[in-house]
Amino acid sequence: MTDAARNAVDAVWRIDGAKIVAALTRTVGDLDLAEDVAGQALLEAIEQWPVSGVPRNPAAWLTAVATRRAIDGWRRRERLDERYAHFARELENDANRFDEDGWDPDRIDDDVLPLIFMACHPVLNRKAQVALTLRVVGGLTTEEIARAFLVPTATMQQRIVRAKKTLTAAKVVFEVPPREEFPSRLSAVFGVLYLIFNEGYAASSGTEWMRTDLSGEALRLSRILAELVPGEPEAHGLVALMELSASRFAARTTADGEPILLADQDRARWDRTQITRGLVALARADDVGRGRGPYGLQAAIAECHARAATFEDTDWKKIVLLYEALQQLAPSPVVDLNHAAAVSMAYGPAPALEYVDKLVDSGELAGYHLLPSVRGELLGRLGRTEEARTELLEAARLAGNEREKAVLVAKADALRDSET
Amino acid sequence: MKYMLIMRSTDAAIEASKDMDFDAIITSMGQYNESLIKAGVLLAGEGLAMEEGFIVDFDSDPPLVSDGPYGETKELFSGFWIIQTSTKDEALEWAKRCPLGPGSKLEVRRVSEMEEFDQSNEYIQKEAGWREELGTDRPVSS
Repeated sequence: MTDAARNAVDAVWRIDGAKIVAALTRTVGDLDLAEDVAGQALLEAIEQWPVSGVPRNPAAWLTAVATRRAIDGWRRRERLDERYAHFARELENDANRFDEDGWDPDRIDDDVLPLIFMACHPVLNRKAQVALTLRVVGGLTTEEIARAFLVPTATMQQRIVRAKKTLTAAKVVFEVPPREEFPSRLSAVFGVLYLIFNEGYAASSGTEWMRTDLSGEALRLSRILAELVPGEPEAHGLVALMELSASRFAARTTADGEPILLADQDRARWDRTQITRGLVALARADDVGRGRGPYGLQAAIAECHARAATFEDTDWKKIVLLYEALQQLAPSPVVDLNHAAAVSMAYGPAPALEYVDKLVDSGELAGYHLLPSVRGELLGRLGRTEEARTELLEAARLAGNEREKAVLVAKADALRDSET
Repeated sequence: MKYMLIMRSTDAAIEASKDMDFDAIITSMGQYNESLIKAGVLLAGEGLAMEEGFIVDFDSDPPLVSDGPYGETKELFSGFWIIQTSTKDEALEWAKRCPLGPGSKLEVRRVSEMEEFDQSNEYIQKEAGWREELGTDRPVSS
């Protein structure tokens, strides 16, 4: 019975947790206290709901109970000054309103956006932003987040507590940032969500169930965000990128978790309905009419792959152009490397090698195994077998993942065998 | 995990709904759909036309075709949603929030994934190819 009650409460929390914490943060003015009293309300729900039944509006019930606990806490304080008393009276009225169907879904939805901005506030480092977003916006437990990021629960607990303290110390206010800060703050939010997605995406070992779950969670949060800021093309671009990338999940590994490269993936295993959703999201980004940003462009590259019946049918020339646009908007050496790889598919290995050599000279990707890996691949196709072998073996030496190492060594060996 | 919420109404509920304010029904359903979208869980959903359909009954050989859906069955399948949630209880909680009244039932079924079938079966392998050709691939990942 208690288990059933706990599961029901957990389910409500996953659905309404962000709204509850957001509403409470607005009224009590402090994220830490909001989370604390929300936790108390959840405990009361686990005790009461099995007896009294789940209330018609569980989120309103939890918020009202949590607000009362906040008031109780203030009342218990020994030196309750007039300001607190006044505050408490006002809140009490609020709490009563919640009981009388005063729960205004539109207002609460508006509250979720400042909550997301708070969790991704620039005073926090990226790790703290990620942890807090999953905790307060996603409603994941500290244990779940710790398991997903492969750190002890105590470490994650500490990270979250410290993040909340940092927010309080910096007097971070619960509000949507001013218009002029909007783009930069929002791009930090996108960055956090994309990082969460990739944490699940890159973990292709397939043993940690929580990690593919993490990609799903990032996608869910991005869909929420896109509904909150429908006028931001990049919000839809991000959803599109995640949908299109996630559509390949089933094809990315063998049954025993061996990674399968794009060229070798069984495209029949790509999730067509998910691809459709990605394309719809990309169309929504375009409908805003402000052009494509970095996420929209990456989604457009993913779209080229999704539309190609086979690896060979891929519109590589279009992908080259998209990477060139991405180089302008969001320059990075990794984008340069991907651009070079696309050039090799569209125009052959010789022009691609020129780009890769420029990258080598810049030294920006020194130590990154994919640089010699791509270079080795190109040299091999140009018939410069010995150089190719050296590069591939260097790539194998640099690769951190044992399975990737093995693939690279096998490629080098294949080159030697083709020589003889 | 993906779940399908299947909406069933009895004949009595369909009759009763004829006296109800259609606009109010549409509005409450619309609000429910909006809440699913805003929670990032809705993947698909359709309503099924009440007036056109038929039933193929395999009790006899060859199967017997009769007019439906009113003809042979008391409980009608009138629409569905597909949602993606992290747990079964979350799907249940969403189902409970559906604005349906007496005479209506919501059946919740997990959508099975391709991985659950024996992958060595040649028709399971062929099916993936067919689905791609037809552009009707079943969700195979989560």
